[in-house]
Amino acid sequence: MKVMVQFAAVFNLDKCLGCHACSIACKNLWTNREGTEYMWWNNVETKPGPGYPNQWEDQDKWHGGWILTKDGKLKLAIGGRIARLLELFSNPYLPTIDDYYEPFTYTYSDLVKQDDGKQPVAKPISLISKKPIEIDKGPNWNDDLAGGTETILQDPNVKKLQDKIKTDFENAFMMYLPRICNHCLNPSCMAACPAGAIYKRVEDGIVLTDQQKCRGWRFCIAACPYKKVYYNWSTGKAEKCILCYPRIENGQPPACFQQCVGRIRYIGPVFYDADRVLWAVSAGDPKEIIDRHLEIILDPYDPDVVKNAKENGIDEDFIKTAQRTPVYKMMKVWRIALPLHPEYRTLPMVWYIPPLSPIVENMKISDEQIFPLVDQMRIPLEYLASLFTAGDVDRVKNVLKKLLALRIYQRYIRLHKNPPGWIFKETSLTEKDFEEMYKVLAIAKIEDRFVIPTAHKEKAIKMFEEEIAPEYGQGHRGMEIAAKKPRDLRLRA
Amino acid sequence: MTWQKFENKGREWEEFYRQRWAYAKAIRSTHGVNCTGSCSWLIYVKDGIIITEMQALDYPTINEEIPPYEPRGCPRGASFSWYEYAPHRIKHPYIRKQLLKLWREELEKTKDPIKAWENIVEDPEKVKLYKENRGKGGFVRISWDEVEELVSAALIYTIKKYGPDRIAGFTPIPAMSMVSYAAGTRFLSLIGGVIMSFYDWYADLPIASPQVWGEQTDVPESADWFNSTYIIDWGTNIPQTRTPDAHFLSEVRYRGTKVVAISPDYAEYVKFADLWLHPKPGTDGALALAMAHVIAKEFHVDRQVKYFTEYLKKYTDAPFLVILEQQNGRVIPGRFLRASDIIENVINGEWKLVVYDTLKGRFVIPHGSIGFRWSDEKKWNLKLQDSLTGENIEPALTFLGIEDQRMMISLTRLDEKGFIEREIPVKLVKLANGKQICVTTVFDLLLANLGIKRGDLKGYPTSYDDDKPYTPAWQEKITGVPRDLVIQVAREFAKNAEDTNGKSMILVGAGVNHWFNSDLIYRAIITILMLIGAIGVNGGGWAHYVGQEKVRPFEGWQTIAFARDWMPATRFQNTTTWIYIHSDQWKYGSLTLDKLTPNNTLYKHPADYIVLAVKRGWTPFYPQFDKNPLNLSPENVIDKISSGEVGFAITDPDNPINFPRILFIWRANLLFSSGKGSEYILKHLLGTHNSVSNTEDAKDKMTEITWREPTPIGKLDLIVDLNFRMDSSALYSDIVLPAATWYEKYDISSTDMHTFVHPFQPAIDPPWEARNDWDIFVNLAKKFSEMASRYLNGKHKDVVYLPLFHDTPDEISQSLIEEELDPPYISAHLASKIIPKRNFGNLIVIERDYTKVYEMMISLGPLIRDKELLYVGIPVNYRKEYEELKEELGEIDDRPDIKEAKKVAEVILRLSGATNGEVSVKEYKQLEVKTGLNFSDLYEGISEIKIKFDDIIASPKRVIDSPIESGIVKGERTYNPFTFNIEYEVPWRTLSGRQHFYLDHPIIRELGEQLPIYAPPLEYNKVIKDKDTLVLRYLTPHGKWQIHSTFMDNLRMLTLFRGGPVIWLNEEDARSVGIKDNEWVEVFNENGVTVVRAVVSNRIPRGTAIMYHAQERTVYINESRLRGIIGGSHNAVTMVHIKPTWLIGGYAQFSYALNYYGAVGTQRDTIVAVRRWRT
Repeated sequence: MKVMVQFAAVFNLDKCLGCHACSIACKNLWTNREGTEYMWWNNVETKPGPGYPNQWEDQDKWHGGWILTKDGKLKLAIGGRIARLLELFSNPYLPTIDDYYEPFTYTYSDLVKQDDGKQPVAKPISLISKKPIEIDKGPNWNDDLAGGTETILQDPNVKKLQDKIKTDFENAFMMYLPRICNHCLNPSCMAACPAGAIYKRVEDGIVLTDQQKCRGWRFCIAACPYKKVYYNWSTGKAEKCILCYPRIENGQPPACFQQCVGRIRYIGPVFYDADRVLWAVSAGDPKEIIDRHLEIILDPYDPDVVKNAKENGIDEDFIKTAQRTPVYKMMKVWRIALPLHPEYRTLPMVWYIPPLSPIVENMKISDEQIFPLVDQMRIPLEYLASLFTAGDVDRVKNVLKKLLALRIYQRYIRLHKNPPGWIFKETSLTEKDFEEMYKVLAIAKIEDRFVIPTAHKEKAIKMFEEEIAPEYGQGHRGMEIAAKKPRDLRLRA
Repeated sequence: MTWQKFENKGREWEEFYRQRWAYAKAIRSTHGVNCTGSCSWLIYVKDGIIITEMQALDYPTINEEIPPYEPRGCPRGASFSWYEYAPHRIKHPYIRKQLLKLWREELEKTKDPIKAWENIVEDPEKVKLYKENRGKGGFVRISWDEVEELVSAALIYTIKKYGPDRIAGFTPIPAMSMVSYAAGTRFLSLIGGVIMSFYDWYADLPIASPQVWGEQTDVPESADWFNSTYIIDWGTNIPQTRTPDAHFLSEVRYRGTKVVAISPDYAEYVKFADLWLHPKPGTDGALALAMAHVIAKEFHVDRQVKYFTEYLKKYTDAPFLVILEQQNGRVIPGRFLRASDIIENVINGEWKLVVYDTLKGRFVIPHGSIGFRWSDEKKWNLKLQDSLTGENIEPALTFLGIEDQRMMISLTRLDEKGFIEREIPVKLVKLANGKQICVTTVFDLLLANLGIKRGDLKGYPTSYDDDKPYTPAWQEKITGVPRDLVIQVAREFAKNAEDTNGKSMILVGAGVNHWFNSDLIYRAIITILMLIGAIGVNGGGWAHYVGQEKVRPFEGWQTIAFARDWMPATRFQNTTTWIYIHSDQWKYGSLTLDKLTPNNTLYKHPADYIVLAVKRGWTPFYPQFDKNPLNLSPENVIDKISSGEVGFAITDPDNPINFPRILFIWRANLLFSSGKGSEYILKHLLGTHNSVSNTEDAKDKMTEITWREPTPIGKLDLIVDLNFRMDSSALYSDIVLPAATWYEKYDISSTDMHTFVHPFQPAIDPPWEARNDWDIFVNLAKKFSEMASRYLNGKHKDVVYLPLFHDTPDEISQSLIEEELDPPYISAHLASKIIPKRNFGNLIVIERDYTKVYEMMISLGPLIRDKELLYVGIPVNYRKEYEELKEELGEIDDRPDIKEAKKVAEVILRLSGATNGEVSVKEYKQLEVKTGLNFSDLYEGISEIKIKFDDIIASPKRVIDSPIESGIVKGERTYNPFTFNIEYEVPWRTLSGRQHFYLDHPIIRELGEQLPIYAPPLEYNKVIKDKDTLVLRYLTPHGKWQIHSTFMDNLRMLTLFRGGPVIWLNEEDARSVGIKDNEWVEVFNENGVTVVRAVVSNRIPRGTAIMYHAQERTVYINESRLRGIIGGSHNAVTMVHIKPTWLIGGYAQFSYALNYYGAVGTQRDTIVAVRRWRT
């Protein structure tokens, strides 16, 4: 066992408003520079729908993530090292700007300056070519089922389930799926990089692209099954969500977490066994991956785990916060959170609580029932299973049943009645679990949503002294190094 | 292992992103946008540049049982910093070049600015030069000095020539930035200008609220949803339009609360529901009445729930008695029986109502009617006591079983124009004049109206399946909602209230309130809530969420905004009638009264009712007379009006002497965003290009207004717009002044969605030549006063015509009882003798010294120190606070200095009960005197609380209780309206002092709307269907990527959806005429045209077009091929319609107050044609 730390997140989709405040928070901070305009490190998709970039889930087309070879070996879906080297100059699995959208702005100053006797109108121009364009794509083009049936049918999950999905008005359904980089335990982007520019930080598991080392090969973009690495056409480097490490290091949540008005986002450190990652992703049946994934996520109260963690140099406060964050409980104890597309075998560390939904048309809620039953709900269980459980419908059903049971439990308590027995039996949850789940999901205070120890920068300073001190001379390292930090490391290709 | 690699060193590059996150300071401010969010934000500044914003997380916790308010914000607010340095930011003062040329030429010629302005505006050729170029670009820069001189000259000329009531200003929603609101309204109040309303004009005013409660709007803060156990969300798109509050709705589900969504489309809020009902658009009233039917039957007739019954007796008008009258051979419900009918010499006897006491078996006058509010009897309370004897009473809800006889009555129905005949029990009453009449209770009438069969009473539906008003079966064919679902939801909702003593809540909003008949729809919904005792209960009640802002520090704001510290009165204007009349939409009269009711009516055309209402003093209208009010001699003006020598401007609005002349717009996008009938506005008020194709056909339907031809083009001489961005209204104005943004000024924000007050602060000083709104008007006042000392010197007597105001003794002016006995009971033609208040409004004389406007603007006037002023009917004096403020803010001529916005903010906080405990205590004590009640446990200990501006800079602060509000926050409670009334027996400010099912004003009876009935959506306009054209019901809800028009031109928001204005269509509808997704379409009718892109979707019901409102006409809009002109805004296809019942006044809760009671500008009842745009 080798205990490592990873910041893990849970997004409660049952509360997601689809408001995109998260996307704007990220855009304002990180991707409002030339070359990054089209990037949405955090984006929100209306599902069913093709998403951004278009149909990113279609791995038949993109070959993202990992696959198991016939002899059970794990391999990048885009091919091995040699195959990739042969494709260095023409990567067939790379999305083009058309798969995202051509970023645009408008001739705004016409509104102030125009003087030709006509009403001025700000017209769109491309941010790349600077020429007038007609807008026919965007990072959220099918918001709230815009585009209708035609667009819904482009959703790769829907394609698989066509006979189970209805798209008429009466049976309309939708949900929102906010997405950031999953900071996977087994990142295929990292494995694909020929320059070794992508690394996973040892102290928190954040996956980063070194902007100095990156040579713009873009294999990471192809290899990431979530399409969460982007190419900066101005610098010629790959860029991606950095989980706001400059904020995390100060104990602040990433901007998209702080700005989440639906209060759906939870973040905290979890422990995992780095020695068994390969075992976890090598499950024959993709449906088993979640169980193995959960198995290598370690109980922060287990004395062995704590001991091993300490031996591995993990700080005391990381241990305490790993014990305090409800992220672990949501994933492994209550088992109400699920990973997005576990079948990609990257072990994503942003997990999701799937949403409840209104009862389907023409079904009836019986008098004693008050809420719709899980299999009466409008979002097809198969659809959710396609997103979150590699098709395992029972697993999705169990999660939804727990959310429903929580609601029933609380309603009975509030009306001073005894809750029905099935909600305990069928969910294996206790009164204490329900009370605690309620506190975490409903009251959801900051101290539950964001459990973030500050980075142990003192160690970094020491590290500089030991390892690169000669370059800087003697003295008070911290101050001096700060003074000599390069101001802007942006490099142009 | 190569597949997983950890790196420890060589990570210096990570500084790159750390540097990007670095900032120099973070300042607390917020967004002054009309969304009711009132979210506290931190604004980040680096190198003197605003770089980004993030939500503040430090709201005080209300209590540990409720989720906290953090974080508040939304993607729109989060993208505001983009505007700061956007290319269409207004950086300098701009003016239309043709006007500047004229101005400079005339000024050069005359050397007299007033003469120069006269030479321009009195020359039809000259004004045409700039008016017909409005909206067509061609702005040039002008200096602040020059523009202030021009505007002052225009003001002075207009005041001298036409009068100050020809100058109007529009700005909405003070709560979103109260100092900025007050800047212009204070200036206008001081010069005698007109302050235009917004809440009614936006159609956000739920006119049912003043009708039922005498209250503009009062709603639960969003945290109170968390106390509910059953929520129906009915037409308010919480995640989309109440984004920062939506989490309470998602979270309360985990508390076991059931959520039902009622929406015609699969809207965002349906996501949080357990059950979705989708009635056809505009039929919500039918659904609500059927639910009320089920609840009344199962919880009031088949069996009684004690909590519900007691509630009706004490807190509603259900037991009050109504006279049944004969009319055209029918028996119809008439007016309430009054104390004066049965006993002589009762104080305010016409304003006290009567119940039947079952204990003594007699008719009694209980406490609490409005007559007690304006007497010294100390009986304005809800105690169930006989006001004459003091004995306890037990009011009869029904006469069934104790009736003297039974009677078949006729109730108006509007789904099929006609009457419902139902039998009810009645009692006979002998009047003081010896006459004998029949009366019944409101409760009996209500059950008759809903169609609840009792015993062998005749004329009732026999079951839920009997297709008669208002059964579940009857509604099914109208709404399309299966009857079983209606029965189920109604039953569950009421049962939940029975189990929890009223914790059933209905969230409502624009989806039901923007309809022409919204008052009836809302009254039906409120009926449900009253029947189950949910109003005034934490976790229960009516939660209206559209435009419903709340200025928590109300008294201070009102004092500053309307210069109450200096002036005894202000000219307030209902904007709907102002726009309707002045943009001549009344001449295109397609909606006449015969289309609204089967009853005989006084007039056919709604505009005639406006004349009646203005003459009677019910509703205001400016300009008031066809003379300059400064030139009327106060001594004999009444005689001159009587003789007709002085005429009402409303009777001849197309006469140039009655034109409005100057319009200020700030913090608003009046011409398009809320400009119902915007193309008519362009035509008649602005005089520029437009796409109206309608005909002026109302001539023969009018009786009270002079018809002039041709209809004037371009009535307004000058439009001044204060703005930070070139929005649609700025584009069509003559002068655009650079306003500071929300990140560049001091101000205060509050809302009714939460109970905090928090500040705006400048993160940077206003860039370029921008100024904050307060400074802009202070500087204008300075220049104006300087010029006035040369051109408008001396003291002027301004004769001001005012309506009869709510919450003043005027609200019991016109009982109309005498007139009623002598029909025709009300006449538009004035009686030979005018008696102010009795059959006329109020005339007062205000002495104005225009040279002193600046001094008054920048210092707090002595009136609040020397007098007691009424705030919501409560007298308050500020002697102590006045001295305090002088000390703290410094003095100008022995008066507190308010030259700067930050000082104004301090005054607002100090003078308000919600933020100053001492003021609150004063107010409670005054109310104790009036009611004879004791509120000491509410005000005990609060006199030490004083929230200062520096306090709210530190963190948002929660307000304290005051009797200005109807909810209670003390004891860590969430705010829910009317808890004060329920728990402390304080009357509502209505005729009965209770919540009203029944309304008895003669105009309401004329339309047949005494009780909530069903009225279908209007179909006033005809659009021709052909094979290429869809004919659709046009809905304009609030959008996802904008707050009204703000953010609709923001690159971030445009990027996150379709990049420009769109209209949503059902995909099958679209397919039927070959419209594809993202294709340009023309949306048109006789009112105008807009050209936008189509979004086709399966979440939109057939026959319906949804165009999210207030998409700017400045970005990515196309030219119309049909009308050969640039497509307009979403309001291009709408027009204003007036319902006479919105105009009544001088009658208890039906009395005028700004944004309180008045015509609403609805726009949902529109039909449009949609077709592909052709090249």
